[in-house]
Amino acid sequence: MPHDERRRAVVNARNRELFALIPASLLVTAGFAAVFIQRENLLSDLSLTYGAIFLALCLAAHLVLRMTLPDADPYLFPLVAVLACFGLVMLYRLDEDLARDQAKWFVVGLMFFTATIVALRRDHRVLERYRYVIALGGILLLLLPRLTRPVNGAYLSFEAGAISFQPAEIAKIAIVIFLASYLRDTRHVLVVGARRFAGITFPPLKHLGPLLAVWGTAMALLFVIQDLGSSLMFFGGFLALVYVATNRISFVIIGLGLFALGARVLYAIRPTIEHRVDAWLHPFADRLYNAKVGGSYQVAQSLFSQADGGFFGQGFGQAIIQLGDNAPILPAAHTDFIYAVIADELGLLGAVAVLLVYLLIVERGFKTAMLATDSFSKLLATGLTAVLALQVFVIVGGVTKLIPLTGVTLPFISYGGSSIVANFILLALLLLVSDRARREVRP
Amino acid sequence: MNAPILKLFGLVLVLFAALAGMTSYNSVINAEEYRDNPKNKRPQIEQARVKRGVIRARDGSLLARSVKDPDDGLYRRRYSPRAKRFAHVLGYDYALTIGRAGLEKERNGALTGDGGELTSIVDDLSGKRKVGDSVITNLDSRAQRVALDALGGRRGSVVAIEPATGGVRVMASTPGYDPNGLSEPGVFPRLNRATTSPLFNRATQAGYVPGSTMKVITAAAALDSGRFTPDSAVSGKSPIIVSGVPLRNFSDEQFGSIPLTTALTHSVNTVWAQVAQKLGRGRMADYMERFGFGTDPPLDYPDAQMFASGVYDLERNALIPAASRRVDIGRVGIGQERLRVTPLQMATVAATVANGGVRMKPRITNRIVDEDGRTVQRIRAARAARVMSPRSAEQLTQMMSDVVREGTGTAAALQGIEVAGKTGTAEINIARGIDQPWFIGFAPRSNPKIAVAVTLENIVGGQGGTVAAPIAKQVMERLLR
Repeated sequence: MPHDERRRAVVNARNRELFALIPASLLVTAGFAAVFIQRENLLSDLSLTYGAIFLALCLAAHLVLRMTLPDADPYLFPLVAVLACFGLVMLYRLDEDLARDQAKWFVVGLMFFTATIVALRRDHRVLERYRYVIALGGILLLLLPRLTRPVNGAYLSFEAGAISFQPAEIAKIAIVIFLASYLRDTRHVLVVGARRFAGITFPPLKHLGPLLAVWGTAMALLFVIQDLGSSLMFFGGFLALVYVATNRISFVIIGLGLFALGARVLYAIRPTIEHRVDAWLHPFADRLYNAKVGGSYQVAQSLFSQADGGFFGQGFGQAIIQLGDNAPILPAAHTDFIYAVIADELGLLGAVAVLLVYLLIVERGFKTAMLATDSFSKLLATGLTAVLALQVFVIVGGVTKLIPLTGVTLPFISYGGSSIVANFILLALLLLVSDRARREVRP
Repeated sequence: MNAPILKLFGLVLVLFAALAGMTSYNSVINAEEYRDNPKNKRPQIEQARVKRGVIRARDGSLLARSVKDPDDGLYRRRYSPRAKRFAHVLGYDYALTIGRAGLEKERNGALTGDGGELTSIVDDLSGKRKVGDSVITNLDSRAQRVALDALGGRRGSVVAIEPATGGVRVMASTPGYDPNGLSEPGVFPRLNRATTSPLFNRATQAGYVPGSTMKVITAAAALDSGRFTPDSAVSGKSPIIVSGVPLRNFSDEQFGSIPLTTALTHSVNTVWAQVAQKLGRGRMADYMERFGFGTDPPLDYPDAQMFASGVYDLERNALIPAASRRVDIGRVGIGQERLRVTPLQMATVAATVANGGVRMKPRITNRIVDEDGRTVQRIRAARAARVMSPRSAEQLTQMMSDVVREGTGTAAALQGIEVAGKTGTAEINIARGIDQPWFIGFAPRSNPKIAVAVTLENIVGGQGGTVAAPIAKQVMERLLR
């Protein structure tokens, strides 16, 4: 009986998810306990309360999945829960108020998560119908911060009342949806009409137009919002999708060349980018280290933090973050540099563990894409996963001085409402694709 | 499309491996270099989290303690009002702003409880909060005040040492400063630029011309080498030619053939210059070295704040070996030439004679105790060198007693206690009459308890016997009470 079999499979997938949530809950409880012990020298039952609240939130989300997406990947949500609770503990250790705020944003994020799933549970491919609306919405969102003052030379957020909102977080999803839909349509003509010229395969000109338009948009955004990090993320996601859609590495090379060209021009005319690169190359130069704006102080302190951590870390609550109320040693510890705090307190071991969790999420994301049967779903899952992976790479790479620093959040860990909401929507979309794919592949 | 997705995942693996690699480089491989970067204040902050031990005078009175700043949870140094007397010898601990100096720097390990890996691991495991050990010094705060009052605002220094143990009882340097508030914005740079050099510890850092106090070393070399006795007669006529230049006695006073004892009592330059010439460069250099010239004193104090006494090439600010042919050894024997000595060095000279010819290592620290008051480390008296035989030391003591009883040093004499000593008056600017008066000595003569060196800068119309000896008297009187 197919119906019975399905039920058994459902129980298996969701039960696995439920069990996988246990480590996350233990982690959050143990983490809060550690912070309490460190701070007060006593173990308060408040840590258990925090753990319980978090467990309740996870259970609620789990029940939503059990009812709506019974076949979805059982590991994605617990992995994200581990990151989220880990981030919450880190924030709690940095500043209780931030953690409380972040916890509220988790509730909001889970509401968006549920709403996305409920709205698209029948068939997420309805998104394709609105692809131009979604693309336009995403671009408009990106332009919003231009209405306000820049922070550190980049237009990253805008403030609506008390809420600071980073539209790039939402826009990245909109752009992936648009590209997935557009490339589903054009991937064949792009390949079939391709011409070889000077050893490189070029896509046909008439279909190249829209792709050039995407490149132009990314460049324009780069110039308008002056945010290399977000641009890199968008463009990286775009190239990943073009590559997967066409299986032509030459298209990627052309794209990278174009992006490098744009970045080079921007580097020449905008001081922000130049400062970032200088600070990356010479973080300890006095001129840059002591610069009031756009210097290398942050990067240098980030490196000192990581050096302090060593292999095992200093332990929860032991990192030196600030002296007094107004003397930060490590600036932006709760957003851009939270990875440095992790490396400081939990050492190389803890930092690599966090990277591994991200890698597992990426693995589940790509697995979902491979299981999906239709092109749009494949491209959507690929794009969302690639953008997430790129975001981690951009911020961790910046914090560790692998690449110049550009301010994006560390997904699910950094403080920030828009980041939490956007990434939960991203997770919801991945689970939607996964549910359909796993249902269809099962005999 | 699955093949390119797999390749994409491969790329992500590579990128993440690079992230893990870079984190390893920062946290482990290159961590040492980042930790040692002077821009990295974390090690200092780490130490400021430990409750730093207190510093006390020998009578137990508190000189320095640490107070937790509730704002950032870090401990900050507070100096008691009487610590102002000891500003130079104590130094300061403002590691986050201007740094450390003096005893605070030298004993930083003990004060921060960094007593070795084993204890700290045990403390870590037992969850015991780290508290620094306390330093009990040999310093006497009342005698220190007597010394400062006696210097009376003039630039100079007083050092008093226990001959048998090397314990430093007084180490005064004027002008001084208030160690509290030193880290306030602008204070340190202003003091650092001040022409009177208030941050400078004149007791250990100042190189002064020793004048006739140097004759004690010449006398020690003369007696101990067996070439002279206290009764050996030498002509005291003035002037005589030394290294081609005429050398005169004070006030060009004439003496006949007089014994060394008399020559020391009246500080006859021509006699001691001849003695030094007869002993020769090699022997003079040997005894200077035995007294501790040519190297930083073995004091528990930062090397950067100590000056090695000796003959200097003044243009290059570099030591010249006393045995060098470039040195006018006759004038070295009477404390002229290009000799530069610290008050600490000259106090050590007096203490060595007092201690039967054995030079002890000077020690500011008496002992280190833990937070419960148990002694962790006692700084035992340590011999630095045997400079001369007990017999030579006894002969020299007798000669120096005569100086105070009936010679140039009578102003240092104490009621009922026999004092041995030697005055000195180095002429710094003959045209303007600017001198550097000195007195070194010890008491009681038969069983010495304290040895002192006193000197003052830029004194017009005063000599060692009239300016420095009375100060030495007051300090010894206070310490012998």
